[in-house]
Amino acid sequence: MSILILAEHEGGALRPATLSVVAAAKAIGGDIDLLIAGHNASAVAEAAGKVEGVSKVLHCDDPAYEHELAENLSSLVVSLADKYSHVLFAATAAGKNVMPRVAALLDVSGISDITEVVSEDTFIRPIYAGNAMATVKSSDRIKVVGVRTTSFDAVAESGGSAAVESVAAVAGSDQVSFVGQALSQSDRPELTSADIVVSGGRGMQSGDNFVMIDEIAAKLNAAVGASRAAVDAGFVPNEYQVGQTGKVVAPNLYIAVGISGAIQHLAGMKDSKVIVAINKDEEAPIFQVADYGLVADLFDALPELSKALDA
Amino acid sequence: MKILVGVKRVLDYNVKARVKADKSGIELANVKMSMNPFDEIAVEEALRLKEAGHAEEVVVLSIGATQSQETIRTGLAMGADRGILIETDDLLEPLAIAKLFKHVVEKESPGMVLLGKQAIDDDSNQTAQMLSALTGMSQATFASKVEVDGDHVNVTREVDAGLETIRVKSPAVISTDLRLNEPRYAKLPNIMKAKKKPLEVIAVGDTGIDVSSGLAVVEVNEPPEREAGVIVANVAELVDKLRNEAKVI
Repeated sequence: MSILILAEHEGGALRPATLSVVAAAKAIGGDIDLLIAGHNASAVAEAAGKVEGVSKVLHCDDPAYEHELAENLSSLVVSLADKYSHVLFAATAAGKNVMPRVAALLDVSGISDITEVVSEDTFIRPIYAGNAMATVKSSDRIKVVGVRTTSFDAVAESGGSAAVESVAAVAGSDQVSFVGQALSQSDRPELTSADIVVSGGRGMQSGDNFVMIDEIAAKLNAAVGASRAAVDAGFVPNEYQVGQTGKVVAPNLYIAVGISGAIQHLAGMKDSKVIVAINKDEEAPIFQVADYGLVADLFDALPELSKALDA
Repeated sequence: MKILVGVKRVLDYNVKARVKADKSGIELANVKMSMNPFDEIAVEEALRLKEAGHAEEVVVLSIGATQSQETIRTGLAMGADRGILIETDDLLEPLAIAKLFKHVVEKESPGMVLLGKQAIDDDSNQTAQMLSALTGMSQATFASKVEVDGDHVNVTREVDAGLETIRVKSPAVISTDLRLNEPRYAKLPNIMKAKKKPLEVIAVGDTGIDVSSGLAVVEVNEPPEREAGVIVANVAELVDKLRNEAKVI
């Protein structure tokens, strides 16, 4: 087997998601090559060479790759893919944007969001908002796979000593240009890789009330998440959304505050190790997945919790 | 321009999927089916673009069993002009769906294709990207805002760290995310009118497209079950359990 991974990076460092994709590649077995495509990203390429389990780093430096444009990344990956048995992507927004293009251009199926490697041609992936798990087997000559990063523990960032090789850029597309971005700035850890997540739902009643969530999160060094209802109501920006079509998280501790527990929300957090629910409605479906449920008004419980965490 | 919108008939989002005892798939007999929620958003966006004068015709395309005609009729009732069903009883992979869409794109020459970002049954999130790659149309996924600007489209996309805006040349394939719009309900007079709008049915075999797949479903299982939890009496007990029993804080 030989596996090509499109690495993700930002701010001069590999995204943690990439380390989980390497773990998935190790489960498949074989040589693992990490492709770093970016602009002025040699520091990332160097860091990639130190990642445990990586055989080789392919480094492609060109302005065309600065903003992760799908057309440009996919044509680059396709130009390299024929030497490999597998091409892997993280199931992040960035990875999902590219993976299916590569599959289609190679005329093979895309296998989205795998949670388990059974063998080099057989994988398990969630369907129906994670209410069912499908075991799929591929007979395609190249397996193009998206990896759910919460299902694979990240490999170590050191211990590897792979060489870095330059690869030629492929001409960028003239059909798309990057205009701008509005990214959240936060002191909190990143949602999909945090050990603890505190999420607020419709029960928070306003965006201002989310400071109560922030306070708890700060004390626990946790990330802050939200249900779709809270995002739709404008309480928090879209990137906070945890769920079937938002972010999938699996932290050690997930605290759901004022979240009823709709199927679609559960899909994004039910693999958390410990789930806590705080909701004043004892019939709320969230209590069915919670390890510890507190039936209480969050406007009483959160200040109490904040004080208790100081003790 | 003409806008082509893809719609899929799926298990209603309020219904919890149940795995069949023989592990071959999901129990879909006698359960409520509806238009994929992201596809409703796609139809709505197409209608708004038409109402704003950017398009003259909205065509709804579905690929599936004959009952998918109901789903197309829902799109027509919302306000689309005509529908096309490529009929097949087989569950097709996104690659096959994209190839069939490409076949229709070649016949219809739409200026824009709007698709839901993912179907809530297979959760693949691939068709729009694949269609773009196969046809060479521009790609703009996870759209939370679509703004036509001459022969370009400015699309704001929901990405992991927030929002990004890209500018793509038409024709484009755009996949819709949750906050792009709030779909209208079809009103009764429009539901009646929809019955008279054209709906063409094509057997998948008659398209000449190879829909074979390199991916086979071996089996479908229930996810691992969580052990039942406990209700705690108060915050003090909760913190105690988290510290001393679960040891997560």
